[in-house]
Amino acid sequence: MANYTEEELAKDLKSQEYEFGFTTDIESEKIPVGLNEDVIRLISSKKNEPQWLLDYRLNAFKIWQEMTEPEWAHVKYEKPKFQDISYFSAPKKQYESWDDVDPEMKATMDKLGISMQEQKKLTGVAVDFVMDSVSVATSFKEKLGELDIIFCSFSEAVENHPELVKKYLGSVVPSTDNFYAALNSAVFSDGSFCYIPKGVRCPMELSTYFRINEAGTGQFERTLLVADKGSYVSYLEGCTAPQRDENQLHAAVVELIALDDAEIKYSTVQNWFPGDKNGVGGIYNFVTKRGLCERNAKVSWTQVETGSAVTWKYPSCILKGDNSIGEFYSVAVTNNYQQADTGTKMIHLGKNTRSTVISKGISAGKSQNSYRGLIQINKNADNARNFTQCDSLLMTDECGAHTFPYIECQNNSAKLEHEATTSKIGEDQIFYCQQRGISEEKAINLIVNGYAKEVLNKLPMEFAVEAQKLLAISLENSVG
Amino acid sequence: MTRTLLNIKDLHAEIEDKKILNGLNLEVKAGEIHAIMGPNGAGKSTLASVLSGKDGYEVTAGQVDFDGIDLMDLDPDERAKEGLFLAFQYPVEIPGVSNINFLRTAINEIREYRKEESVSAKDFMKMVRERSKVVELDAKLASRSVNEGFSGGEKKRNEIFQMAMLEPKLAILDETDSGLDIDALRIVAAGVNKLKNDNNAVVLITHYQRLLDYIIPDFVHVLADGKIVKTGGKELALELEEKGYDWLTK
Repeated sequence: MANYTEEELAKDLKSQEYEFGFTTDIESEKIPVGLNEDVIRLISSKKNEPQWLLDYRLNAFKIWQEMTEPEWAHVKYEKPKFQDISYFSAPKKQYESWDDVDPEMKATMDKLGISMQEQKKLTGVAVDFVMDSVSVATSFKEKLGELDIIFCSFSEAVENHPELVKKYLGSVVPSTDNFYAALNSAVFSDGSFCYIPKGVRCPMELSTYFRINEAGTGQFERTLLVADKGSYVSYLEGCTAPQRDENQLHAAVVELIALDDAEIKYSTVQNWFPGDKNGVGGIYNFVTKRGLCERNAKVSWTQVETGSAVTWKYPSCILKGDNSIGEFYSVAVTNNYQQADTGTKMIHLGKNTRSTVISKGISAGKSQNSYRGLIQINKNADNARNFTQCDSLLMTDECGAHTFPYIECQNNSAKLEHEATTSKIGEDQIFYCQQRGISEEKAINLIVNGYAKEVLNKLPMEFAVEAQKLLAISLENSVG
Repeated sequence: MTRTLLNIKDLHAEIEDKKILNGLNLEVKAGEIHAIMGPNGAGKSTLASVLSGKDGYEVTAGQVDFDGIDLMDLDPDERAKEGLFLAFQYPVEIPGVSNINFLRTAINEIREYRKEESVSAKDFMKMVRERSKVVELDAKLASRSVNEGFSGGEKKRNEIFQMAMLEPKLAILDETDSGLDIDALRIVAAGVNKLKNDNNAVVLITHYQRLLDYIIPDFVHVLADGKIVKTGGKELALELEEKGYDWLTK
């Protein structure tokens, strides 16, 4: 992180509007709007899916129809009209090799800073790039293949590794889990699949960049990541989206399975279009993310959330195995009219399980930023430990910061700690910086990045740099 | 002729409609050390705040020329970039921001303003090592968060360390001696003396003569009721120590 200098920040600051607010003209194949069994059959057949997966989707659809949209979150928005959404969109052209990839799509990736050429040569990051709903390019496959690591699009996994997908799909987030998880299970288009074999330490950060790129298209990603016994993987998920005037629904499901002694580190930088200054447009981000830990396993979530008009997201850990560890590190920034209701659930089932929750909320403009967390200690979870710290930083007098911590403890040997602070950004801090020659805008960046440092430090280097930039961009002109 | 760095003419300033400065005049030339003393509430810290551009103070009359520039026209960070430094009476803590990152940001912004090359990481670290010695600041403190968990003395030494790094034309030390034990006072004073040269100037705001045993002023001013009521040499400080301020304000 030290390599990222403040001058670079200054350059980034010069673009006032949403940085990645461009769209790419690529012919897309869409199916008509609306949702019913026939649409699901069509999605499934377009993807040449086996019968069991179609059955899985149809079953989820039945469940979804019985459910109602949750309203407990501290957010207000116009509910999506589910019959006005097109549930499948894929770039028409399919590519045999990287050389065949549409130049315009390559240009898009360049703007996102993930040029494949560079990736191949230098970075050691394998990218599974998702444009709209179908993966178009995957790199580093060979190198990963040597270690028998599987890293591919979800569709490819269904085709080539059906036994793994069948075994783990829905095992952590069942279709019955919640409204949006059910919807995703019925209509998910594509996503990423990753399997790390026993005892293998994945030598590079695995990375998926998502991008919503089709007007009026809902995005329903599905990610399934299995770390077999004693393995390790660090996975990066980064998101940007083009500027739109209409709301776009995103309802992803991410399932992580860490078998005995395995460790999964999952990092997200989320930068979807947050809507404009008046609260028009922006992404609805209703995501279900959950990890399952077997014996001695560890799942660590790190997220930097700066985008989306409405966020509803609780990356969670089920600490099923004895001695397993769950971690959640979060920075959530809201500005203008953004609303975020985010946090985590730590479900302690096994003995000697430990969890850590560090949440840093930053509210600016007229936004509302809520932390919602559940620490649940079940009766067999002897000697469970949790430490929760949730801090809120207010940039203006018109924004809101809220904390909804829930604790359910059924075992008296548990030790739980909860710390919370709320503060307004200090005028004396800003003045102190200014008196040393630092401009107000840069002073705010410095102070905010310092405040979020504990979480930013958990990110892999390349993501930490991006995250710092995002914080700066998200908070421009935000002090009131 | 010696260059005038700071020229304050008939300065009036108020905060929340309360008049604090009432026609203050002060001229500081390069190479000089001025001490401003005076009773509580005389306006000493207000003067420091007004000069550095802190929010909440309104200048209702008067001019402040800073090395040929109208100081009151500038934002606080621009004043710093022009070479005005304030050592704070109560240095502010900035959690999560290392001293080093803080200072490098400041130095590079100042250099950019002056259209100079930014400092390389290597040269910067060399500067840090050399100049932290000026106030015997533990190098470890340089990498800690700005002022966080520093003792009172360490905070004050850190202010002078920052001054050493930023090389201002004019440094205003606002009660830098307060809260310092005699050893720390000696270190801080020695640091200021080392940094002093013919091209810069220092304004010491202080209650006590004690500091002036270590930093010898060319001029001592008494500030009372918002203006300078008496100016003398360093011996004036001793007289004040003996007699107090009453004889000047009545």
